[in-house]
Amino acid sequence: MSYHRPDALTDALALLAAGSPTILAGGTDLYPATSAQELRGDILDITGIAALRGITDAAGEIRIGAATRWSDLVAADLPDAFDALKLSAREVGSVQIQNAGTLGGNICNASPAADGVPPLLILDAAVELVSAAGHRRLPLAEFITGNRATRLKPGEIVSAVLVPKAATAGRSHFLKLGARKYLVISIAMVAARLEEDAGVIRSAALSIGSCSAVAVRLPAVERALIGQSVADFDIPADLVGQALSPIDDIRADAHYRAEAAVELLTRTIKGVVP
Amino acid sequence: MSLDAAPSIITVNGTALEIRANPGRRLSDALREELGLRGTKVGCDAGDCGACTVLLDGAPVCACLTPVGQALGRSLQTVEGLGAAAELSLKRAFARFGAAQCGICTPGMLMSAVALLRHVAKPTRAQAEDAIGGVLCRCTGYTKIIDAICDAWRDAEPVAMPPAGQSIGAAIERLDGVAKIDGTEVFGADYWPQDALRVVVLRSPHWHADFEFGDVAAWAEARAVQVFTAKDIPGKNCFGVIPPLADQPALAEAVARFRGEAVALVAGDAAVMRDLDLEGFPVVWTPRAHALSVDEGKAAAPIHAARPGNLLITGRVTCGDVAALDGAAHHVTGGVETAYVEHAYIEPEAGAAWMDGDVLVIQACTQAPVMDRDDTAVVLGLPSARVRIVPSAAGGGFGSKLDVSLQPLIGLVTLLTGRPCRMVYSRRDSMVSTTKRHPGQMTATIGCDAAGKLVGMRFDGDFNTGAYASWGPTVANRVPVHASGPYLMPNYLAEARAIHTNGPVSGAFRGFGVPQAAICQETLFDELAQKAGLDRLEFRLHNALRDGDVTPTGQALHGVGIADCLEALRPHWADAQEWAAQADGRGIGIASCWYGCGNTSLPNPSTIRLGITGAGQLVLHQGATDIGQGANTVVTQICADALGARVSDFELIGPDTGLTPDCGKTSASRQTYVTGKAAELAGLALRAEVLRRTNMGEDAAICFEDGAVVIRRGAQSERLDLGDGIWVEETYDPPTTALDENGQGTPYAVYGYGAQLVKLEVDLALGKVRVDHIVAAHDVGRAINPVLATGQIEGGIAQGLGLALMEEYVPGRTENLHDYLIPTSGDMPRIDSILIEKPDPVGPFGAKGLGEHVLIPTAPAILNAIRHATGARVTRLPALPHRVLAAMKAARHD
Ligand SMILES: Cc1cc2nc3c(=O)[nH]c(=O)nc-3n(C[C@H](O)[C@H](O)[C@H](O)COP(=O)(O)OP(=O)(O)OC[C@H]3O[C@@H](n4cnc5c(N)ncnc54)[C@H](O)[C@@H]3O)c2cc1C
Ligand code: FES
Ligand code: FES
Repeated sequence: MSYHRPDALTDALALLAAGSPTILAGGTDLYPATSAQELRGDILDITGIAALRGITDAAGEIRIGAATRWSDLVAADLPDAFDALKLSAREVGSVQIQNAGTLGGNICNASPAADGVPPLLILDAAVELVSAAGHRRLPLAEFITGNRATRLKPGEIVSAVLVPKAATAGRSHFLKLGARKYLVISIAMVAARLEEDAGVIRSAALSIGSCSAVAVRLPAVERALIGQSVADFDIPADLVGQALSPIDDIRADAHYRAEAAVELLTRTIKGVVP
Repeated sequence: MSLDAAPSIITVNGTALEIRANPGRRLSDALREELGLRGTKVGCDAGDCGACTVLLDGAPVCACLTPVGQALGRSLQTVEGLGAAAELSLKRAFARFGAAQCGICTPGMLMSAVALLRHVAKPTRAQAEDAIGGVLCRCTGYTKIIDAICDAWRDAEPVAMPPAGQSIGAAIERLDGVAKIDGTEVFGADYWPQDALRVVVLRSPHWHADFEFGDVAAWAEARAVQVFTAKDIPGKNCFGVIPPLADQPALAEAVARFRGEAVALVAGDAAVMRDLDLEGFPVVWTPRAHALSVDEGKAAAPIHAARPGNLLITGRVTCGDVAALDGAAHHVTGGVETAYVEHAYIEPEAGAAWMDGDVLVIQACTQAPVMDRDDTAVVLGLPSARVRIVPSAAGGGFGSKLDVSLQPLIGLVTLLTGRPCRMVYSRRDSMVSTTKRHPGQMTATIGCDAAGKLVGMRFDGDFNTGAYASWGPTVANRVPVHASGPYLMPNYLAEARAIHTNGPVSGAFRGFGVPQAAICQETLFDELAQKAGLDRLEFRLHNALRDGDVTPTGQALHGVGIADCLEALRPHWADAQEWAAQADGRGIGIASCWYGCGNTSLPNPSTIRLGITGAGQLVLHQGATDIGQGANTVVTQICADALGARVSDFELIGPDTGLTPDCGKTSASRQTYVTGKAAELAGLALRAEVLRRTNMGEDAAICFEDGAVVIRRGAQSERLDLGDGIWVEETYDPPTTALDENGQGTPYAVYGYGAQLVKLEVDLALGKVRVDHIVAAHDVGRAINPVLATGQIEGGIAQGLGLALMEEYVPGRTENLHDYLIPTSGDMPRIDSILIEKPDPVGPFGAKGLGEHVLIPTAPAILNAIRHATGARVTRLPALPHRVLAAMKAARHD
């Protein structure tokens, strides 16, 4: 049993190559999963690595370090297209959770209700993965493969989320539906990003979470919106329904989820253009 | 760099301290166990309650989710470190507003508020609400906490202590408040003797199963722990709050009847227990068929051999001729189904045990110290005199801490090992093993004449009482007495049954089944008013009980304040109607309550000892456990005025079964009334004795002055000769009578009344309900302490709102505060309380109980407002968005 909190990414990668420690970031998913008073096994705490935290504007893309906390995102100065992400950050758990939990942890934990995922999907985000052997990137939509399943390989760490500049045009909005105000898991959540020309939708990026094992984009609905008025548009409900596979659980039944998703989508789009 | 091995330096509240803890350890555990900083509370170990909130570099985080390794080298502040001027001012505001009730959430609230106040000195209510959104409070309904945060900048003086004779009615700060706000209060998990063994419970993972142990001795030896099972129990392995029906083993014997039932104890040294894994404990389970719902329970083989049909008990009240309903001009019939509701106090059960000579001492959180003592003594085969219960502060109870939980278990370990021990339930332990509110399946028919006068009511309810009796009989008896509501009901037949299942044990929860029954009755009243063509408030007023009216049990009532409550709401009702008309989706609702204070037709005396020591100290032995509701303060206020002393003259002792006489349990809204009455009698008796000894007239003043007691009357003054001290003891037991086979008799000596008005908005497309405003009028007889009274109302409303809109304990699926949702600060409406004072002829200074009444009207008033807004009749609780939407659709098709 060991606990390492290196300052340098290379040290972290060496530790990952040498064994299979559990990666620990904010701990807000890891600790609730154990009834013990300490994390068992070998732990690699990545929160000491400065290179993994913070937001940088690099050639052609905006790079968000995997260990960037929700409260960092709330405070960051970012283009309007990131409003959905910032709004989602504000709704993750509570201030306490936002001060510890990270974007990378949210993605790697891969809960169907991960609030960070729909806002990143509408930004065409990619995930950067590094290991002692090198690095690769995957579109976020490919990285998360199912309920709590990702393409993260042994020895790898998610180092950053990358948003191409091309996807940072327009404005965005996010709405979350839960049974109470704070500390609540989403029944459904929606992120939308629109570009418009004089009140006409030029492009749309839409995503719904908590209504399928992994949050989805809605390409067919996005296409249907192009050319419609931002003030008065029609959402083809059947196309929304086809993209989702909602489940019954203690928070809501499947039928309700499907219906609520359409309503939330409408409201989110309206919310983009106030 | 690897951080294990060596001790590290952690800076807490500006002081560098050496800590020996694995860096992967939860910071909360390290602070409490290694550094002794126990002001940081633990309610869930999962980020869900915020009780453990500390400031790391000034930002609030959950210490339970923070590895020690991440706190090293950073600035860490805990409640113990709050000392700056603005922080002291905030603490004083908490005291002034009564923002701490039980106090278990208070450290987390303070830390969250401090973080806000550092940036915003004069926050808005919305900012304050947002800042504490991550900290749950189950007692206050958040209103007073937000008041305190918004007013902290004012740095006002503490509330002045009233002069002698003027304590009743004064909004004094709670007498036990300082420790709650400083973080020094000792809750169940906060004290243990050195070298105490740690104890954990092995629980059944099955609803219903036979089990056999394997080689337990070898398993234990390999791990250097000790294991205790039912066969180690020296006494009678059976407890229960109602002795003739006691049926619950402290540790199950051969068969476990519900998921979460305790089957074995493991005890060992703290270091060993920290690493212990119960996985692989040698026990073999053979699951049996199980029943979870009432219908399954009725059909299943008896869970207890002597109870065919799994019927524990039936309660019945009838009067007049219910057949008269057939001739009524208007009828309504309907049913409601409610869920299991979890008490969700923020403090999971915890305590410690040790031997003091041959007396077993147990210090744990509880609502009923004497019952704990007697139950524990029976299980351990000890005379009661050899068990002493010292209640720790209780971080909320709401009924569930009436039953013993860990008391016999830690008692057993200490008795058999001779060593002190302690146990802290995890959130999961607490949720799977302790009692719940009974799910109710109720139907009723109610009728009125053409003028809207009630003709009669038929009520039938099945209550899922779970695997053991607990308070099921009380629920079955209370419901038929109260199911008519506070209205004149000439013809009546009500039956309630408690049915066993393999679900969680249902017990006492604020209101003992009456809140469920009120949902059924009050929602039907709205429909009946509509049929009769009457305004919903006027219909209730038209039928409200008046002084001298007779209840369905044949009892003539006096000091009946329900009409006063409804009348007080009338102007607000008119305003609310206007408000509702302004927008789609708005609705308003109203509902009433009544509730008998004290045990149903059973003796429940309280005894108060009061005296003046030889050194001139006034001492009140106060045996009523204060679980946050304020008994310490209210009982003292009553006693002070009866005696003619100042509250500040008193020293309080207890509760402690070794020191204080029995004041019964803190339940049934009885402490202000019953213990208060005993305190009044004791105050009067001591006054009479003092005046007799000094030969002074009735109107003399008793003055406590630096160790001397001086009696003054005009120019006369005499110093009391104290000798060895002067003591009095007075007992009060409410005058009740048994109920006959028709439920006729006097079940309670005192009733309290209330009515609440709800304004809410329903999201018509999503079915989400947002309660905007509640006006609550409660007849308390006499408001002994208005701040404590309104605090009860606000907290009760929060629980009623949870019951109506979000709380549903699904056994096996919501065993944590992540999936079991209770209201947060952002879910509460504005609340305006109106205290009605219609004196009760027997209550102390006219006072009535209040603690349970407050949550009864909330849920039905919310459902009535949802129906008003949308036409939807939600008949299955909670009214989650999908249920509301479905009910709206059903209403459109009707
Ligand atoms: C009370 C509470 C409320 C919550 N509310 C919400 C909510 O409203 N919405 C929501 O979406 N989530 C919520 N969460 C979940 C959680 O807070 C978020 O998912 C958070 O972003 C997780 O980040 P973390 O850094 O704390 O993850 P950690 O717990 O540190 O790690 C989570 C998982 O990801 C892995 N991991 C972390 N970082 C990396 C990395 N860089 N590379 C590879 N693997 C990595 C870890 O090994 C672990 O398996 C809540 C949690 C709690 C306790
Ligand atoms: S104990 Fe940490 S949030 Fe509940
Ligand atoms: S005072 Fe907040 S939980 Fe009791």
